[in-house]
Amino acid sequence: MANSEYGLLIDYHWCTGCKSCEMACSVEHDIPIGQFGIRVDQFGPWENAPDDWTYFFMPVPTDQCDLCAERTAKGKKPTCVHHCQAACMEYGKIEDLAKKLTDHPKQVLYAL
Amino acid sequence: MTGYEKREGARMSGNSGYRELEHSKPWQYEEGELTVTRSKAWTAPGCHIGCDIKLYTDKDGKLVRVEGDEESPYNHGRLCARCLDIKEVVNSPKRVLHPMIRNREDRGKDKWRQVSWDEALDYTYDNMMEIKEKYGAETFFFTHGTGRDVMQYADRLMYAYGSPNMTGLFSGLSCYVPRIAGMSCTAGSLYIADCSQAWFDRYDNPEYKVPEVMVIWGNNPIVANADGFFGHWVVDLMKRGMKIIVIDPRMTWLAARSELHLRVRPGTDAALALAMINIIVQEDLYDHDFVDRWCYGFDELAERAKDFPVEKVAEICWVPAEKITAAARMIANAKPATLQWGVAIDQTREAMGTGQAVTAIFEITGNIEVPGGLIANTQILDVMGGQWGREFLPEGMDDKRIVGNYQLMKTAMTSCSDDEVIRCLETDQPYKLHGAWLQAHNPLACMSADPKRVLEGMKKLDFIVVVDLFMTPTAMALADVFLPVCTFPERDGLSLICGIQQAGAMNQVCDPGDTKSDMEINLLLGKRFNPECWPWETVQDMFTEVLQDSGYKYDELREVSPVYVPFEYHRHEKGLLRSDGQVGFETPTGRIELWCNIYNMFGLDPLPYFKEPEPGPNSTPEMCEEYPLVLTTGARRWNSFHSEHRQIPRLRAMHPEPVLDIHPDDASKFGVKQGEWVWVENYLGRAKCKVNETFEMPAGIASADHAWWHPEGDPEKLYDVFDLAINNLVPFNPGPSGFGANYKSTLVKVYKVGEDE
Repeated sequence: MANSEYGLLIDYHWCTGCKSCEMACSVEHDIPIGQFGIRVDQFGPWENAPDDWTYFFMPVPTDQCDLCAERTAKGKKPTCVHHCQAACMEYGKIEDLAKKLTDHPKQVLYAL
Repeated sequence: MTGYEKREGARMSGNSGYRELEHSKPWQYEEGELTVTRSKAWTAPGCHIGCDIKLYTDKDGKLVRVEGDEESPYNHGRLCARCLDIKEVVNSPKRVLHPMIRNREDRGKDKWRQVSWDEALDYTYDNMMEIKEKYGAETFFFTHGTGRDVMQYADRLMYAYGSPNMTGLFSGLSCYVPRIAGMSCTAGSLYIADCSQAWFDRYDNPEYKVPEVMVIWGNNPIVANADGFFGHWVVDLMKRGMKIIVIDPRMTWLAARSELHLRVRPGTDAALALAMINIIVQEDLYDHDFVDRWCYGFDELAERAKDFPVEKVAEICWVPAEKITAAARMIANAKPATLQWGVAIDQTREAMGTGQAVTAIFEITGNIEVPGGLIANTQILDVMGGQWGREFLPEGMDDKRIVGNYQLMKTAMTSCSDDEVIRCLETDQPYKLHGAWLQAHNPLACMSADPKRVLEGMKKLDFIVVVDLFMTPTAMALADVFLPVCTFPERDGLSLICGIQQAGAMNQVCDPGDTKSDMEINLLLGKRFNPECWPWETVQDMFTEVLQDSGYKYDELREVSPVYVPFEYHRHEKGLLRSDGQVGFETPTGRIELWCNIYNMFGLDPLPYFKEPEPGPNSTPEMCEEYPLVLTTGARRWNSFHSEHRQIPRLRAMHPEPVLDIHPDDASKFGVKQGEWVWVENYLGRAKCKVNETFEMPAGIASADHAWWHPEGDPEKLYDVFDLAINNLVPFNPGPSGFGANYKSTLVKVYKVGEDE
């Protein structure tokens, strides 16, 4: 089990679905094709009302995510956070990250 | 939030005002058991931007991984999936690892003979010289793909050989070229969106201003990452308050977050732009001061725009009139507004008039050379202009360049009209062609319109060389010699990012084996053709010469890379944009020419104009009965660079087959379903794709992936390229200037692939 004090905060309003997190994770941990340490899910596009669309992405860490224990032990960021093109992921202590949830909507905090 | 972190430390280098970044570590250092080398990602495999990276190697010199350099002011540590997977490319079992020769009668057959470099280069030299001596150097032409750090070396090799004929086998040169030529004529330079890329401290630079509005026109920059433009800068700016207007038939992720989304019918962008100009003029929203001082031909432009009342244009473009009006007002009222446009504009037959119309919106609203507006590019070496080494082209040779009657192209460009090259291959007029050098270029899968014509035309040639990373349909069909190149971690190189140019050192970290860099191959062969043109002992010496103006030697650049070219705003007011040092722009009048003297001189419409795309629902209504669906092509995907990366398992898994994005109503009209293989067919040809029913596309307009082939397929069936290439549906048919062709608008029908197909 990964250290449960730490987690990932994802400001998914800005996730563009670029899948850099998926690839960074897969090559860092040599995860087989078809399995994922983090996977990006797509919602939409669909039209809620005229000119009002739902279209967003949601990265979801899986059981294969160890929050890049080896990297974080050296003071580095998890590779998904480091390479996220939209810069919408943050690694940190859950209690610190949780405080940020009230800043603005469309964020999700994963305790891992 | 996270991500971009402010950095201090820019200092003047003392070298002609070039600026260096201070790094916290040397360019190469140890981290545990691994060696870390700072470098740049660039071709091969292809890329249009060139991010700052760190390459990790083990004690045996094997590449362990790549990371984005978090100290980079360009990409801030971020990387795309293709770069992150570079190790899989470097170690791919599909790579060609030794030079190969094949008998001419075996073209199309998998019958290669592995040879040494000496033999390959001797054979290449002898055959090329034989053609030159027998028929003249002009009968041997050169091509390159879209590799920004390959093309200048291919150009120079051609000049050393003595041929004037460079081509992309690409109808209308319709990638980035129409806009470069067009903006050079009308505004004296290429203008690009200012996303603070000229500054180390980026968005926090005190001179910089976050644009109030960015118009994203015919482009999905976060995926496309066009020349020198890291697409996610758009997201960075949106986080800092920038609003966006998206002009695109597709509901992209950006469009879903836009203030206004104009779902324009492909090929009608000029009408839309002219309607906006008309609104801005009629409502007196233009920048009087800028127009009075710096523009030429405003009254003529205003008069032309009157022909495009918004109600009429709404019908042409399939965009509601009120949205067009709202967009025009929003752009005109924003200080500043900027523009990120895509090749959807270049890839129309009316590329010149369309690009002129679109940019005029930003010119008459005074958004030129202002922080956060549109800024002229800066250059160390014009990597796309074909000028490097041109002085070695023998006198009189340029008269033999295959450019037909396209006078603007003849005067303003150094390359061929690709459409005239095809005609020349087929008709032997003005002369018979005998050979070709194709470098980083897979025209049968990508770029070329109507690839069967290219194949048949090229088959007639006596001798063909292909220089590439992997075996491709083009090489399998046509090459007599295959020269294998190495990937970017296996070579030294000079990365000159396009747009706001910077110079970066690329550093070799692993053994290329029996492969060589494009630069080294061209140096070795170029020396034989003309030692004065290629006087350098090593590629590093050559890079030092390219860097001459900056004052850096290549070895010095390694330490400080990347270095940035001097930059400031309002250069037209300071005499920094004209070669004679006068104020203004590098045009005949010294002003931005809304009415273009150069176009007029070459018999082209001097004003922006609109013409219905052909075929299309308004121009060829009779064709709509059989082919009722408008088709666009060429949208980029996260996992591939045009025809590349198809043989890289992790990347292929992200998007395994070519897709037709189609509205569910259209899919049901054609009786096809999600996931089915279908033929997409027009009057010219057909291509296979898998159906993806999606509301991304509006009803009536579909989008098909481009540049597909199956590396896992039968080599002697050319990896199924003629079943999969969507360019089977695209004719060689450029616009009146010779620039631009309709890659992105045609009419099609869709039907299921039969069981035995």
